[in-house]
Amino acid sequence: MALSAAQAGEARQKKDIRDRWLLSAPALLLILVAGVGPLLIVVLYSFLAPGSYGDVKWEFSSQGWFNVFFARDIFDDTVSLADAHFSIFWRSIKLALGTTVLCAIFGFPTAYFIATRPPHNRSVWLFLITIPFWTNMLIRTFAIQELIRTEGIINSVLLKLGVISAPVQMLYTDFAILLGMTYVHLPLMVLPLYASLEKLDFRLIEAAYDLYASRFNVLMKVIVPLVKPGLIAGSILVFIPALSSYVIPRVLGGGKNLMIGNLIELQFGQGRNWPLGAALSVTLVIIVLFAMLYYVRNAGKAGGSSHG
Amino acid sequence: MAKSFSIKRLPGFSTIAMMTFFVLYLPIATLVAYAFNSGVSVAMWEGFSLRWFEAAWNNDLVIEASVRSLKIASVAAVLATICATLAALATTRTAAYRGMTFKYAFINLPLLVPEIVTAVALLIFFSRVKVWTGYSGLGYLMMSHAAFCVPFAYLPIRARLESMDLSLERAAADLYATPFKAFRYVTLPLLWPGILAGLMLAFVISLDDVVITEFVKSGGQDTLPTYMLGQLRRVVTPEMNAISTVFLLISLAIVTVFFFLSRTPEKDNG
Repeated sequence: MALSAAQAGEARQKKDIRDRWLLSAPALLLILVAGVGPLLIVVLYSFLAPGSYGDVKWEFSSQGWFNVFFARDIFDDTVSLADAHFSIFWRSIKLALGTTVLCAIFGFPTAYFIATRPPHNRSVWLFLITIPFWTNMLIRTFAIQELIRTEGIINSVLLKLGVISAPVQMLYTDFAILLGMTYVHLPLMVLPLYASLEKLDFRLIEAAYDLYASRFNVLMKVIVPLVKPGLIAGSILVFIPALSSYVIPRVLGGGKNLMIGNLIELQFGQGRNWPLGAALSVTLVIIVLFAMLYYVRNAGKAGGSSHG
Repeated sequence: MAKSFSIKRLPGFSTIAMMTFFVLYLPIATLVAYAFNSGVSVAMWEGFSLRWFEAAWNNDLVIEASVRSLKIASVAAVLATICATLAALATTRTAAYRGMTFKYAFINLPLLVPEIVTAVALLIFFSRVKVWTGYSGLGYLMMSHAAFCVPFAYLPIRARLESMDLSLERAAADLYATPFKAFRYVTLPLLWPGILAGLMLAFVISLDDVVITEFVKSGGQDTLPTYMLGQLRRVVTPEMNAISTVFLLISLAIVTVFFFLSRTPEKDNG
């Protein structure tokens, strides 16, 4: 058989690529079946009619999507905007944005502090940031709950010091959710910020000072623009899980202060309206997609100027 | 004279950083401290005691849930690590080929989808499958855990592979090793720390999961985190602190080992 060398090379390459598909098949299959494939079923379910005991009836219905945006009065059949849903979506976005800002306010100085330590100390500080990140999120939420409950440590210390005369209700408020989400997501902001700050060229800062820039100007006009990719990456890493939080609002917000995640769960639990729950889930994914898109566009712009 | 001018210093930053570290550890430290409280309260210190650890140890529900958690995490982590290792071998150390970016994106996709949405999707999907097959065991939980653990296991394995030198495997091939032998005796031993790191990461991630487990589990399949979530609605005793403390210690031990494994990629082939 007279295969030319080029042909043989091509055949080998084809086989190599086929082998590589075979090798990755188990991972792709596993993720398809038990990860992202079922998401398509959610889309399908959002267009079906609700069954009487949960689940769905196999007939097309736009009720699920209708109910995301509108509410029909049970008595006189009048249609109005679904205020409850809008307010929960709006609250979730506000809380997630608040969390992102708070994480940036505390995360930036922390990342800067770590990045300006001597190199051999940095990994220790980084390790200190990552430990809470790898410990159970539920336990960290529980720890916050213990701290701020009415008969908790913070209240009893403040009472003893005479700062307050009666315990302050902190648990089951938006403040509690904000505190918990900031606490839990902070490492996700610090790590990408640190990655950017570590590469910061301090000669540029020196140059800025030589040109009589004030410390504030150096921070805002030199450092922040240079670490913008890290800041955007951190913001996305915090914003997306914060927006779709379920455990934190459930534990720290009590039953009343719902976020989107709890609203979705409600439809599969007591609400027994699976199509509405499915439609709400798809809505959440769409919001997340927009956030990602925003990230990709901005990271592209910011990344081009400062990183090689 | 004022202090010497440092270009790296930004006023207030170190203070905020120290405060952040303090606030990061204060809740955890308090939680652990009150696990040793002899009183019933989680806010009034009444003396040292191990009674809550004893109570947790004697609570059958806690032990059952812990065993179930460990079972699920072990199976899921092994499954995820095998898949991730194969996938990492398929997506590194080659010229870009058609579909490679797709694979990379697809493997990382579980990280991008909100967990609550995945949970709902799996609830819908598995509730059908349960009706069709009549099987309602732990398999569903193991599968779904394995799926979201794959990207975590993939990360360190891929990193390790990319820092590895191809010349050793080429040498093995020159010495007439079959591709399998070259993999078994050259690649695998070199890759081992990465695989181990991926396995541990996957194990911790599976152990920690609440949301997906909460939706996928059938009745009586509580894992430790979902059991705790259920308990948090009631009046909490320091027993919860004791459980949390043990849980924290286990995670901490695994993460520390992971940290050292993934830190020294070049030293350990001697």
